[in-house]
Amino acid sequence: MLTYTIRRLVLSIPTLLFISVVIFLLLQLAPGDPMAQVPLTVPPDVKQKMRDALGLGAPIHVQYWKWLVQFFWIEPQVLIDHWFGTGLAEGKLRVISWQTRSPVMDIVVQRMPQTLWVVGMSYVVGILIALPIGIYSAYKQYSLFDQAGTFVSMIGFSIPPFFSGVLVIVIFSVNLGWFPSIYDTTHVVTDWASFKIQLQQMVMPVMVLALQTTAQISRFMRASMLDNLNQDYVRTARAKGLKESVVVLVHVLRNSMIPIITVIALGIPSIFGGAIITETLFKVNGIGQLLLTALFANDLPMVMTLTFIFAILIVLFNLIADVLYGILDPRIRYD
Amino acid sequence: MTDQNVNAAAAEIEMYGALKDKEPPKEPRSQWRDVWDQFRRHKGALIGGGFLLFITLAVLVGPLIWTVDAKQLDIRNKDMRPLYTLLWDGDARTSWAKPLGSDNLGRDILATLIAGGRASMAVGWTAMILALFIGTAVGVSAGYFRRLDGPLMRLTDLFLSLPILPLLLVAVTLFRQPLRASFGPETGMFILIVGVIGITSWMQTARIVRGEVLALKEREFILAARSIGTTPFAIIRRHLLPNVVSPIMVSATLGLATAIITESALSFLGVGFPSDFPTWGKLLSDAVPRMEEFPERVMLPGILISLTVLSVNYLGDGLRDALDPRIRGR
Repeated sequence: MLTYTIRRLVLSIPTLLFISVVIFLLLQLAPGDPMAQVPLTVPPDVKQKMRDALGLGAPIHVQYWKWLVQFFWIEPQVLIDHWFGTGLAEGKLRVISWQTRSPVMDIVVQRMPQTLWVVGMSYVVGILIALPIGIYSAYKQYSLFDQAGTFVSMIGFSIPPFFSGVLVIVIFSVNLGWFPSIYDTTHVVTDWASFKIQLQQMVMPVMVLALQTTAQISRFMRASMLDNLNQDYVRTARAKGLKESVVVLVHVLRNSMIPIITVIALGIPSIFGGAIITETLFKVNGIGQLLLTALFANDLPMVMTLTFIFAILIVLFNLIADVLYGILDPRIRYD
Repeated sequence: MTDQNVNAAAAEIEMYGALKDKEPPKEPRSQWRDVWDQFRRHKGALIGGGFLLFITLAVLVGPLIWTVDAKQLDIRNKDMRPLYTLLWDGDARTSWAKPLGSDNLGRDILATLIAGGRASMAVGWTAMILALFIGTAVGVSAGYFRRLDGPLMRLTDLFLSLPILPLLLVAVTLFRQPLRASFGPETGMFILIVGVIGITSWMQTARIVRGEVLALKEREFILAARSIGTTPFAIIRRHLLPNVVSPIMVSATLGLATAIITESALSFLGVGFPSDFPTWGKLLSDAVPRMEEFPERVMLPGILISLTVLSVNYLGDGLRDALDPRIRGR
């Protein structure tokens, strides 16, 4: 298992390098000039100097190498400095955003908590709703509950988040006035009243994202439970005289959770992608919204770094899912 | 003694009724007949397929019946409400000439919905066909030619680990200008959006097709075909492709649904078609700022997107059941 994990880790390095090359070339091929926003009164030769200062005059491979060094060598040093108070990265050039002229990673670190808070919470809520629905649908297959569950999850698959989000805004914040339609990230929770406000503003974005998670995972949970419910060991467990709750919730559930856990791990990166839309809709200033504004402002280092962070998340969680599958299921042996 | 034997034999024949048959009792049923019979039993799939057909026909034939131009401005008759608002609000500004109302520039909403549906469905179908084409080509080559298997599957894995939505956003935002310049604003955007959706969504099809081809390749009929000297391409065309049609059809429905949603999402985020070119996602996002006064402008395109995707999903569900011979006939 350890050798498998190490092999996968080593293999993920060329994968990530390839992805970074693809993103970099895509951005290089793209037209657009970071000096487009500079006033027309600035003479062309000054503009050219500004371009050179941003490192744009250098050949492509030099630019790529510089980005690579900055992202993989200097940024970790900054992190170590931050944690241990050392001075490794002093005076070294970090990845700089063209929009704000400040290091990209600093902005990402500022934006990350909002995204994690909304996205992570919605994922947890979605899973917590999905698991009982999946278990009960499978246990009472073809019952009214099961049919309704199938229908609701079909709807969850089909309604895109930008419509369900708009729908809940129209219903709950315009017509009923229960929840605010804009997520206030400056809100600080100090006491019970402010906690309630925080809860109110989180309900809608979290539920919109959770609907998709629920639809997907409850289907997988149902299928996986159905696979196990007809197995011989279940009959044996019943024949031993175990209580029905023990049979279903201990014997069957534990076996059914194996594929579900990998599905959950695989879904985490895609939820970050879906968060781009939800963040735009509810005006959460997380990393999805950061990516969008950076794109529209032609802020290439920011776009490059953010897209690459998404790629790292995908590769990492794919690896985690595969390794977890091997650890949890003794029938799977990679070696 | 012999009589007994003959009688016993006759009784045996009597027992197995089938032995007496001179000809097949019924017409032999074709595979597609069986598929259709199974498909018909799935009510959701039937309704979904019907609705998809209806929407496709509506956006194709609709402009011939409802001949109002979707881009026609009519400022005097702007901000009309749909006729059905009369049910609860007798004072609403409505007009029989604009059954679903008009937008803030007086454009007829029914006409823009039809035109938007045309664009959305065209993008959906074309991107789906492109993705299927790439996916099938990669899957069949990887499954049939052992030398290509490794590289092509690594490529598929690489594509699967690309962050799709961010990359789509990057590609569409950054390549908008040159394609617009060379193909005109609408055609350029169409090529760009169809291209990026197609290129980033073929991976599942490729994996499924490769798996099927790997299993089929070991079967006797392929061996027989090869032993009489059939060339690899003829084997693929004549023997392999007809046998992988069912998984391809199932992933086609999934692909259509994702393509429609992705196009709408791009339009919603403001990186889709130019502003005077309606698509369902664009209509929805344009209506969001004034949704308190005119909720129908958000609801109608949103409901159309959702219903189309829902019917495509049900269609795929039914097709999966109908095309799987293990489930069929139960």
